[in-house]
Amino acid sequence: MESLADKERLPREIMAMRVAKELPDGSYVNLGIGIPTMVSSFVPEGRTVFYHSESGILNCGPLAEEGNEDIDLINAGGQYLEPVGGMSFFDSAEAFAMIRGGHVDVTVLGSHQVSATGDLANWMLPQRGVGNVGGAMDLATGASGVIVAMEHTDRNGEPKIVQECTFPLTGKGCVYLIVTDLAVIECDGQGLTLKEVAPGWTPEEVQQLTGAKLTISPDIREFEL
Amino acid sequence: MTSAPENSPGDPTKQGKLYSSALAALEGISNDATVLVAGFAGCGIPQKLLRGLAESGVSGLTLICQGAWIQEPGDFTVADLVGSGQVKKMISPMPFHPVHGGAVKEQWESGELEIEIVSQGVLAERLRAGGAGIGGVFLPSSSGTRFAEGKEVRQYDGCEHVLELALKADFALLRAQAADTLGNMVYDGTARNWNPTMAMAAGVTVVEVDAVHHPGGIDPELVITQAIFIDRLVLSD
Repeated sequence: MESLADKERLPREIMAMRVAKELPDGSYVNLGIGIPTMVSSFVPEGRTVFYHSESGILNCGPLAEEGNEDIDLINAGGQYLEPVGGMSFFDSAEAFAMIRGGHVDVTVLGSHQVSATGDLANWMLPQRGVGNVGGAMDLATGASGVIVAMEHTDRNGEPKIVQECTFPLTGKGCVYLIVTDLAVIECDGQGLTLKEVAPGWTPEEVQQLTGAKLTISPDIREFEL
Repeated sequence: MTSAPENSPGDPTKQGKLYSSALAALEGISNDATVLVAGFAGCGIPQKLLRGLAESGVSGLTLICQGAWIQEPGDFTVADLVGSGQVKKMISPMPFHPVHGGAVKEQWESGELEIEIVSQGVLAERLRAGGAGIGGVFLPSSSGTRFAEGKEVRQYDGCEHVLELALKADFALLRAQAADTLGNMVYDGTARNWNPTMAMAAGVTVVEVDAVHHPGGIDPELVITQAIFIDRLVLSD
């Protein structure tokens, strides 16, 4: 395990790039805070993705350039946005009607844990006693699918992909794809399938750092960008 | 979006629902009141009204709001009101910044402040129900989580929905870009956030606005929150 802990993993940018490849042309996408926020920088050329933010804006532009910040134009993480043509504003209830009603196609979220059946636990670390749930619960159950982008293991090297979540749940069976710094894993609600591994890693090594059983896909390959 | 009322006689600030100060506009608020506060991550926060609430000296407040996020120097937010010891409970999806903490985190840790976490979309729908005269709504959002414990659950469209009860408050403190003297309102960008929903769900609705126009000064096609929901206005600083 010592050697695996020291082995080089993929940077966050590559994880974001891999997630970006999953976003269909013309889709409405909600990006959570952290690695997910970086995804918009890597959408493949020729593809148009519309971003939804629960701050009350659809068709969000890129982050505002320095000197062009407007306090009344922010994303869900409180970052300033550049105004773009075709954007629209709405209130909080409508923002979540769009999510809950299934109008938002894909949500990309970070997480503390994901289970073998696609349960998501991303809003609270039990040792903190209180958590910021934000809109994650609505996003988890409402969006047509959740992609999780997270590190494969936590700060202590413990697996974040587990048989059963031990942290408080955000949503049950809502995750369909996990992209980590080691692997791309599909969830079909029954179990997990390892589809891709980071360069230099074997499926067996990824399994060693995973707390749930992985079925190795017959067409397992290296991370494809 | 709004036009200057050049041809209208008189000063619109002398008419209608406009109050001379935040303190005056908060008349009638009492200890232990439940107060909705609009704003999202530093955007569209009714700072003048929050200062007025601090000045009023009322205590034992229950605040329902997005939460206390990072604030810029000189800003006055719910965190300041909590810091002054006037708040006993917060109902919020994100009560404090996970890294920066602040007064909300400190008072919660010391036991002075009670926090009730509620998912953002659930809070929005509970307030909308409160404002629309609906007793409660079945929502899928908290299905299978600790937030569903003890609540009625029904199957709809193949998945579990959890009964969430309507939420109302005594006062709502809101922020708008412009209003007419009747209380029809428009917003600026993402500063709209909680305002339209909260406007419906409180006994007394007080709005801090940047500009007040005569009736007709706001295109009726563009009105976002209608005058029927608004009781009092005060000009921002």
